[in-house]
Amino acid sequence: MNAIVMSSRVDLNDFPTTNDPWRGFKPGAWQHEVNLRDFILDNITPYEGDASFLSGSTKRTKALWDKVAELLKEERASKGGVLDADTEVVSSITAHGAGYIDRDLEVVFGLQTDKPLKRGIMPFGGWRMVVKGLEAYGFTPSPKLKEVFPSLRKTHNDGVFDVYTDEILRCRKSGLITGLPDAYGRGRIIGDYRRVALYGVDRLIADKQEQMTSLEVSPLDSDILQLREEIAEQIKALNELKEMGTVYGYDLSQPATNAREAVQWTYFAYLAVVKEANGAAMSLGRVSSFLDIYIQRDLSEGTLTEAQAQELIDQFVIKLRLVRFLRTPEYDALFSGDPTWVTEVLGGMALDGSTLVTRTSFRMLQTLHNLGPAPEPNLTVLWSEKLPKGFKEFCAETSIKTCSLQYENDDLMRPYYGDDYGIACCVSAMQIGKQMQFFGARANLAKALLYAINGGRDEKSGVQVVPAFAPITTDVLDYDTVVEKFLPMLEWLARVYVNALNAIHYMHDKYMYERLEMALHDRDVLRTMACGIAGLSVVADSLSAIKHTKVKVIRDERGLATDFEIDGEYPTFGNNDARVDDIASWVVETFMGILRQQKAYRGATPTQSVLTITSNVVYGKKTGSTPDGRKAGEPFAPGANPMHGRDSKGALASMASVAKLPYEHAQDGISYTFTIVPSALGPTEDERTENLVGMLDGYVAAGGHHMNVNVFDQQTLLHAMDHPELYPQLTIRVSGYAVNFIKLTREQQLDVISRTFHQRH
Amino acid sequence: MTSSVARSTSATDLVQEVTQSEAPEAAATPCVKGWVHSLETGGTLDGPGLRYVLFLSGCPLRCCYCHNPDTWHMRKGKLQSSDDIAAEIASFAPFLKRGRGGVTLTGGEPLVQPEFCRAILRASKELGLHTALDTSGFLGARADDAFLKDVDLVLLDIKAFSEATYRNVTGVRLRPTLDFAERLSAMKKPVWLRYVLVPDFTDNTTEIEALARYVADLKNVERVDVLPYHDLGAYKWPRLDKAYRLAGTQPPKLEETERVRNIFRGRGLLAT
Repeated sequence: MNAIVMSSRVDLNDFPTTNDPWRGFKPGAWQHEVNLRDFILDNITPYEGDASFLSGSTKRTKALWDKVAELLKEERASKGGVLDADTEVVSSITAHGAGYIDRDLEVVFGLQTDKPLKRGIMPFGGWRMVVKGLEAYGFTPSPKLKEVFPSLRKTHNDGVFDVYTDEILRCRKSGLITGLPDAYGRGRIIGDYRRVALYGVDRLIADKQEQMTSLEVSPLDSDILQLREEIAEQIKALNELKEMGTVYGYDLSQPATNAREAVQWTYFAYLAVVKEANGAAMSLGRVSSFLDIYIQRDLSEGTLTEAQAQELIDQFVIKLRLVRFLRTPEYDALFSGDPTWVTEVLGGMALDGSTLVTRTSFRMLQTLHNLGPAPEPNLTVLWSEKLPKGFKEFCAETSIKTCSLQYENDDLMRPYYGDDYGIACCVSAMQIGKQMQFFGARANLAKALLYAINGGRDEKSGVQVVPAFAPITTDVLDYDTVVEKFLPMLEWLARVYVNALNAIHYMHDKYMYERLEMALHDRDVLRTMACGIAGLSVVADSLSAIKHTKVKVIRDERGLATDFEIDGEYPTFGNNDARVDDIASWVVETFMGILRQQKAYRGATPTQSVLTITSNVVYGKKTGSTPDGRKAGEPFAPGANPMHGRDSKGALASMASVAKLPYEHAQDGISYTFTIVPSALGPTEDERTENLVGMLDGYVAAGGHHMNVNVFDQQTLLHAMDHPELYPQLTIRVSGYAVNFIKLTREQQLDVISRTFHQRH
Repeated sequence: MTSSVARSTSATDLVQEVTQSEAPEAAATPCVKGWVHSLETGGTLDGPGLRYVLFLSGCPLRCCYCHNPDTWHMRKGKLQSSDDIAAEIASFAPFLKRGRGGVTLTGGEPLVQPEFCRAILRASKELGLHTALDTSGFLGARADDAFLKDVDLVLLDIKAFSEATYRNVTGVRLRPTLDFAERLSAMKKPVWLRYVLVPDFTDNTTEIEALARYVADLKNVERVDVLPYHDLGAYKWPRLDKAYRLAGTQPPKLEETERVRNIFRGRGLLAT
């Protein structure tokens, strides 16, 4: 046993600490190298039972949650849903003093700023965004800051726009490419927050110093210099993390010695990151079964009860529910409902066939019952057919009751990422501490199809976005001709798109480097360039219509195809019909093939996602009528979903079509949102649970990647639109995340309601 | 082939199976064409687990509360071959097995097209799937013993328990349904009984009590589904130029449905 000398520490509560932080753990390679996977597999206690051992919330947690619920109510009533914002201090790991909700009720400490729900400002992504964000919600930035930004300190946003090309700007403006992280933090990087608890910060700093030494090479070229500078920044950030701990009275230099400290250390590491970086998605990773090892040890030492264990997890989750960033109204329109994607994965199987489900996987789900449904943390179950039955059933029950879970196919991902991966944002898998991605938002393939027909001119503005080529001039669209035009269009788009991403991530590394997140990674990480597509089902159905019926073009006075007349019926995506499903798969594979030919910044491997977040509404608004019969301005389906109402053969057919999309060519994830009315899931509660388990097993076996599960009826949503005050915690899953339904814009609420609800009369 | 099956008392041509086998006599499961109204994959209300529910066209009954009057006429559907259906079922088989479900034939009245049903049921059994037949029982005589061998569960819809009420609600006789129920009982074929509770039409306590007694005596009824009438299909009637007799009838209250379930429970039956 590797004994580490502990500095003396004041115990703040009723949890005793002892001196050896690693006592009772099974020794292994993890003691000599930073290796969380090894530690977990050596020490995990898999749990195969059911949910009957779980506890409710403690009295003080209930009291704390009541206070938070009050604050959340005030927040919703505030202008733009922003309760408070800092106008003076640039947020950083150490910028703010300690913050509390109610110190006497808290078991897990730490807030992003000095007050709950007060949003910090993080101007290094883009100063203009900060000003716009503050002003939109009725705040005025301090004049002091205006002296610094942007004249004294350049930001990521300034850097990107210095180097953007005209063609990138045209694509951005027309909406061919949207949601690019060029004015805000890119996010989708998961620090291995568990390292702080297991090793303490000092050991991690020593490790980073060794990495520096390993980089004393000749010549010091730009790649090595960049990495050396980054590691130097990482070490500074780790020192600041210790300083932040001190503010709350903790010494993070040493490993956690019990469960309470393990939760606190892990949370502090995450908290320091969200004090400094405002990435679109700030995901947590895979901490539950790691924390379970500490909880299990305390339980067996008799220093913790089940009620106290649940209290730790409940209070941890309360803190995660309070993470906020200052955004602009434009950003909110794209990513609606104030999401932060504090994604935590639960479950999954180890490579040796044992399960990684622990009692703390259950405790994490239990927070949804104890505290009520909530969109954050974004709880994601890594589903395998081989998961223990009791866990499957508790997941399904929790989904049916709270609509707060998403599921991702562990059997599909494990061969790619092993058994210690997490999900960033919605569907992006990555090995924790070993892999990161350059988030790339998405390209609008439905618009690209219209450009192929219109010779590269935008169907709305008439602007020549793509260098001119001959438009299609026939009255009726011919499939081969359309495909012949579509392919070079995609090639041009992929080139411009990856160029834009290269510019963005070069500048992000330069001006807004995620010091602490990367400090919690190995020296050499695998980077992916995560491209994405929107409008897949629109394109598949459009090509199907062109192939299987007569689609007549209606052109306006500018000669642009602005509408289409379809003569007859055509096979639509979502009905397990190979005639169109094969087209959808072809689109995914073809665009990925083209992306693979692009050279990405820093040697990144291109990948793609089929995911829209809630931007399917905005994309639809910016896109003219399409040959599938969708009218101009109408929303796309979210993610990889079939278009609204066109999946007419029921749930399994819809799932089967989506499951056929090749994950091999969409390794950044394929998002599917499934919504069913409770009564259609089965006549009794037990049958509903069993049927949902069966659906997930079947979907996973068919190769489906991701599924959001919603179980509710339209009446509830309609009622909630009119009486939001009665539904403060009504949570629904949208593409890849969950939102408070009442926080969506009216337009997005209507979009959700208009989507296919699987039901039967 | 339909010839071996005894014809029942039916009237209109709607109940005649129009298509004949196209496959050679020697084939184990001849390909048959039939009229399909629609399909629901992942249905959970017509038998256990997740099901491939095929709604077949054509029905000899004219139930006054029918929520699918658009399935009455056979030729309003789409003509499909049993081979194509079997292939489609095969593509869902792994899903259905994981969902502890299977295939349900419903309608309309599936027994309007017994040979089509027979072919699909045989193919489903060959795939190792559980099969269910959702029927009013009126054409039960068309399902011979060989046919029923491929049916794991019958969802038997007894719409009323006196000749008068039955005729008032459905337009046809009750007796063939009871004959079928008794035959299934003799074969010990598992049955889920379904009873649609319609205020003012099928809510007579004496009649329901008699039905409960009858059903309990059958010994093969595993479950009784008491389904409260709903008006979600009412909009279809005017579209088909048909007058809806139940306009204004409200769905029964929850307590009323529960009261009826308790009548069945009182006879030792599992009622949901």
